[in-house]
Amino acid sequence: MTALRQSLELGLVLCRTCGLAVSRASLELDRRCPRCQSRIEQRTPFSTEMTLAWLIAGMVFYIPANLLPVMHTSGLLGESDSTILGGILEFWRAGDWDIALLIFIASVAVPFTKFIAIGLLLLTVRKNSPWQQHQRTTLYRIVEFIGYWSMLDVIVVALTSALMQFQVLGTAEPRAGIAFFCAVVVVTMLSALSFDPRLIWDRPA
Amino acid sequence: MSAPTPPSGEELPTPAIRNRTWIPRLVWVVPIAAAVIGISLLIRNWQNEGPRITISFLTGEGVQVGKTLVKYRDVTVGRVSAVGLSPDHQTVVVSADLSKDAASLLKADTQFWIVRPRIGVGSVSGLDTLLSGVYIGMKTGTATPRERQFVGLENPPALSHGPRGRELQLHAARAGSLGIGAPVYFRQFQVGRVIDENLLPDGSTRVTVFVEAPYDGFVKPVTRFWNASGIDVKLGADGLNVQTESLAAVLAGGLAFDDGPTEVVPAAAGVPGDFTLYKNETEAMAPPDGEPRYVRMRFAQALRGLDVGAPVEFVGVNIGSVIAVDLGYEPGDKSFPVVVTAKLYPGRMGAAYEILTAQGKTESEETLAAFVGTLVNRGLRAQPRSASLLTGKLYIALDFLPASPRAAFDASNRPLELPTVNGSFQELEANIGRLVKKVNDLPLEQIAADLHTDLKDLHETLSELQAQVLPNAVDTLSALHNTLDSAGRTLDVESPLQRGLTETLSESRSTLQAVRELADYLDRHPDALLRGRRPQKMPQRPAAALSSDVKP
Repeated sequence: MTALRQSLELGLVLCRTCGLAVSRASLELDRRCPRCQSRIEQRTPFSTEMTLAWLIAGMVFYIPANLLPVMHTSGLLGESDSTILGGILEFWRAGDWDIALLIFIASVAVPFTKFIAIGLLLLTVRKNSPWQQHQRTTLYRIVEFIGYWSMLDVIVVALTSALMQFQVLGTAEPRAGIAFFCAVVVVTMLSALSFDPRLIWDRPA
Repeated sequence: MSAPTPPSGEELPTPAIRNRTWIPRLVWVVPIAAAVIGISLLIRNWQNEGPRITISFLTGEGVQVGKTLVKYRDVTVGRVSAVGLSPDHQTVVVSADLSKDAASLLKADTQFWIVRPRIGVGSVSGLDTLLSGVYIGMKTGTATPRERQFVGLENPPALSHGPRGRELQLHAARAGSLGIGAPVYFRQFQVGRVIDENLLPDGSTRVTVFVEAPYDGFVKPVTRFWNASGIDVKLGADGLNVQTESLAAVLAGGLAFDDGPTEVVPAAAGVPGDFTLYKNETEAMAPPDGEPRYVRMRFAQALRGLDVGAPVEFVGVNIGSVIAVDLGYEPGDKSFPVVVTAKLYPGRMGAAYEILTAQGKTESEETLAAFVGTLVNRGLRAQPRSASLLTGKLYIALDFLPASPRAAFDASNRPLELPTVNGSFQELEANIGRLVKKVNDLPLEQIAADLHTDLKDLHETLSELQAQVLPNAVDTLSALHNTLDSAGRTLDVESPLQRGLTETLSESRSTLQAVRELADYLDRHPDALLRGRRPQKMPQRPAAALSSDVKP
């Protein structure tokens, strides 16, 4: 594998829009594709920095997302605020372990996995480590793919709040936590998006 | 400068790459903003963090961690965060997180209680807890020291929201059927409630009532409180009189108050907020009786119908009541007198007694003894009287009976012994007895025998009369009949006697006429007696006289 030569070594840059391979030397100062005038970058500029920034933002948002209540329900039997973890525990205690597991995976495990995965990618890229390049690429693809599944909770709260409006009998209202949770999902998706997977394969200069 | 030379691999100019650093720098705003938001949330949360308190209850029935709320004036101010047992397992310790603004409500005497549905006769409360589960009620106190540990009440306080008003202590021998929350009425308006009841060490009861703000002005030193439970039915001279405060008071008990007789201020009013609770309105409104005095009366007659509590009346005014009816024994004549002990309120004797006490003599047993002594000398006697012929109930009347024999009165006896006479009804009974005895003593049989003999004699006389007198009487009657018959015939119209009489009469009439004519004639011509009758031209005289009158 490593025997294969990389575009950098060939002095070529690929336009990501029209697929034109441009010699690095022939590029104008403004680095536009001679064919489609798209911006051509060797690597996404400041990819790691931006990824890190989004990642940290996501991690910060993750704390209030789990501490603050995501939903407020009130009805004849009283009113209560529920957090994500509290809701999972409630389902678990009630015997609905399957639902509890689903919410746990979608809302807790996935964002957390994403933090670890992106963190790992960043770390290895920073070090220009040649370790497990294939699997790291797969990891990146998985992170990109499962990103939006974390929106499950947001959608559940949105639907419940929209449907459960029976005045006295019972109402559900979203609370601040769900906004933070939504922010976590969006920010981590942006983090994954700003990561340039080509960096995985770059050889140390 | 010069024409551009074709670039060769070696001498390629390095492109001046501008570092467009603004994008990545800007991206750091996001985590910073996130951190700021997170930290601000944390700070706000920390600022809003209220105190955590612990309350101990005897039972934790219905209290749920995280669900049971702490409410002040029905507004949620906190939530139960833990329920546990005290180290000695005697109480349940409930921990609750209160909101920050509720911290100022926590005073040393702040009260907590568990609100459960309660259904009483007077009120229904806490029904909402049937569905929502119990909650912990809270009433702030007035003491300044802050406190974090409380002992919860087992029963909710009667006044949970501290309305303005006045708390009063009422003292009574017994509280009757009052309960906490029982209404207090002023002229049929509910103006307050009973908030506490205590049994004092001396066995009397103290009822604490709360009169709400605009109405507490009606409570004056002269105010009298009485127990308004039940129905007061009176059959008076003005008809049937039923009095009650309200149906709820009838069922659940209640109190009422009103101004007492204004000129008299009860002694208890000296302590503000302390009042006497009377048994009923009549008792409450009566002028103060003062100290009761005890008297004893010995009646030499059965007193069936004289109950403990029967009134003692002085000239028709109730001045006391009977407190004991005992059977005594008089060794002298081996009789069993009935000894009646009564308590009298000399104060009720009115003006006379007041004058007596006003004469410098203090109101004491001696004063009363002297007073009663003078009354006894004037003929005061105790007498059992029938209050009602229907029920046979007796009362004791103290009345002046000057005709009664003199009675010894020992003013030094304690209790005072009043001379007695037998009851009026009993005397009536005795009189009737004597009457009956007299009737019994009459020789009725002899009278009957005499009467019988007399009647027999009469019968004989009558038969004799029938046998001898009656036939003669018949004969006499028939003779009388004949006589009358002949008399009738004699007097008949057709009888000769009658006819002769008629003729005679007619002739005598003609005769009389002739005589009258003669008399007339003689009247006009008296000379006729001498000259005789002149020819018949006299009747024309008046006509000739008439014509002669015309002629001239």
